[in-house]
Amino acid sequence: MADNGQEESQCRIKEGDYVVLKRGDIFKAVQIQPKKKVIFEKQWFFLDNAVGHLYSTTFEIVSGGTLQPQRTKSTESCSDSKEAGTDNRNIVDDGKSQKLTRDDIEMLKEQGLKGQEIIQQLIDNSSTFRDKTEYAQDKYIKKKKKKYENTVTILRPSCRILAMMYHGREPGKICHLRYDTLAQMLTLGNIHAGSKVLVFETCAGLVLGAVMERMGGYGSVIQMYPGGGPVRAGVESFGFPAHFHDTLHEFPICHVNALLAGTLHSTAKDPSTDEKQPNIVADNAQNQLEAAQQGGAEEQSMETSTGDDADQDLEKKEKEKRREAKAQEKKMKLEEKQKKLAAAASLLACRNADGLVIASRFHPCPVLMGLLKFLSPSRPFVVYSQYKEPLVECYTKLKECGGTVNLRLTDTWLRHYQVLPNRTHPLLLMSGGGGYLLSGTTVAMDHSKPAGSQQAEEPAPKRQKLTDTEG
Amino acid sequence: MSFVEYGDFIQDGDVAIIYLGHDSMMPIKVQQGAQTQTRYGVIRHSTDLIGQRYGSKVTCSKGGWVHVLHPTPEIWTVSLPHRTQILYTTDISIITMMLELKPGSIVCESGTGSGSLSHAILRTIAPTGHLHTVEFHQQRAEKVAEEFKEHRVDHLVTVRNQDVCKDGFGVTGVADAVFLDIPSPWEAVGHAKAAMKKQGGRLCSFSPCIEQVQRMCEALADQGFQEISTMEVLLRVHDVRTVSLPLPDFGPESSVQTEPKTKDEAPPTSAPNHPSFTLKTTTPPREMPGHTGYLTFATKPRT
Repeated sequence: MADNGQEESQCRIKEGDYVVLKRGDIFKAVQIQPKKKVIFEKQWFFLDNAVGHLYSTTFEIVSGGTLQPQRTKSTESCSDSKEAGTDNRNIVDDGKSQKLTRDDIEMLKEQGLKGQEIIQQLIDNSSTFRDKTEYAQDKYIKKKKKKYENTVTILRPSCRILAMMYHGREPGKICHLRYDTLAQMLTLGNIHAGSKVLVFETCAGLVLGAVMERMGGYGSVIQMYPGGGPVRAGVESFGFPAHFHDTLHEFPICHVNALLAGTLHSTAKDPSTDEKQPNIVADNAQNQLEAAQQGGAEEQSMETSTGDDADQDLEKKEKEKRREAKAQEKKMKLEEKQKKLAAAASLLACRNADGLVIASRFHPCPVLMGLLKFLSPSRPFVVYSQYKEPLVECYTKLKECGGTVNLRLTDTWLRHYQVLPNRTHPLLLMSGGGGYLLSGTTVAMDHSKPAGSQQAEEPAPKRQKLTDTEG
Repeated sequence: MSFVEYGDFIQDGDVAIIYLGHDSMMPIKVQQGAQTQTRYGVIRHSTDLIGQRYGSKVTCSKGGWVHVLHPTPEIWTVSLPHRTQILYTTDISIITMMLELKPGSIVCESGTGSGSLSHAILRTIAPTGHLHTVEFHQQRAEKVAEEFKEHRVDHLVTVRNQDVCKDGFGVTGVADAVFLDIPSPWEAVGHAKAAMKKQGGRLCSFSPCIEQVQRMCEALADQGFQEISTMEVLLRVHDVRTVSLPLPDFGPESSVQTEPKTKDEAPPTSAPNHPSFTLKTTTPPREMPGHTGYLTFATKPRT
């Protein structure tokens, strides 16, 4: 149809790809590396055999931890005998209904029986299975399938999958940001291609990756990061094409004040110069330094070696050379870092960003007040917090300072459903909360305060008069 | 100005949003020489709007003022003229994420309705994606096409006036995602499948009634869709309030030594000094939308 060869090849799993393993509702992000042992759901295996197969293929884990693409799905009709009871009045939980013992099952496993076959054995050896209602039988099979089936599906990563994976596996790493809350953030922030978005997050890079996915490699994303360096392991898991990373900039928040004061140039450079004194030299002096180092190295070797062992001398020289190369590399890296910092600074300096997304374990109030200054007027911002109170404080502060409209403090309620013929109902368990969001729109700052026509958005407390007189 | 690209200054022909106050916004077409009446007085487009920066405060003729905002799909959703029931940002957000929309996605949608979701889809799939939207009501289809033009997103969308259950989406094998908001979505599952790419894609169906969900899930399973999952998402708004809680007076404590003194000074009948505790908190609105619709998602496998 509309597929061409290139598109087809992109559907295949390649070495080095970042992928997501899936079994049921469990996900795990991994990279395809040769001979790398992967542990997933208490099972270990190698992904080598997956290379060349299409994404979304389901594999069976066979002995030795190798993957084998699963043949046509035959999971549906597990038991052919459609014998079923009408209710559970005759079923007694005496622990004797299953005739197979744990050892028997282990033996079946060792014989190399597939999950499907083990389940059939379990059914055949269950004295109560036939008396269970049809619904209960389904449930039984489903439960056993979960326990004994050893398949894994390899998926291409996406924001949907990674957000659900993090929420399910490591919610602490992403400040308990639920996937639907992340979804709200991306729309409330009007994240789209071609804009300039500031992101401040301590969610392992999930929020940053989600923003980058929505920008599709167009525009620029500036990660404002706390501490020594940006944390973004989660961004890797998205497996973005290389050019996406060209749109990603980073800026340490410890330099924000300097940037706003216009003194960034000096402050940002000082500490690094101290740190790397010998490597920081003017570009034109580079050759001189190299020569000097070489000379120094020679001198040193003269002094330390006895001088008669030429081999050792050579080795030393080699060593020096390597060290020099390393120093050079370090210097390049530092220069690169400086350049990147300068690039990010110049992006910020115009104070015309199109969006601001905050999701961190820090108190959101100073972060928001500090970063809001970089937005153009009439642009959305959205702040996530696991707790409501800090956002109430942000709200109050913004009301005091002005410069924003459309402020809204919200959270979302999410419920999943079981949909089956005659058995449709909400799932028994649901998430208790997905965190809170404060969203709003910037407007031009108003310095004179004329008697406005707009009412304060918060109505005065009812007993105002009473409290006033009481002081 | 465009719904998929920010502009800094208001220009002739733009659609701008007049922010009148909390939850009160009004989209206007900016035209040289035109005027707009608001409850705070008249806004003259040529002098008050054109050339001004988006986000500026504009003083109206009666002395009141408003802010003029750049349009976004989210603001459009809360200010657009309703021709049908519409989807709101909470549902739109989860639809966008669960359908895995991003720049370059090809999307099919039916029905178009008032275009609330369509604008959000267009924002997300621009600049390289495309939306094929099908609406069986002719006037609605025409009206929404007109709006897409005014909002400068018409190059990203094809509006078709046909019945998706009978005639499908008008495209085959191209879509990464399909969205259905129609009374009998199960009748369109086959067309949805046909519209989707060979390598697969995502589908979403929005239905207010559980019976619709039930039939839809059966139809999806019959057509070989996988990962069928139904959910419901609701928005809870928290209104920030300062509240003052009066503290009860239990009378003077007997153990206190100054007991006789207080007794003399403060007869309980005329105590003006009601101590109270003031705090910032949030309150839920008295009523909130408690149901919009069930969202059923599914994956079409490679065929």
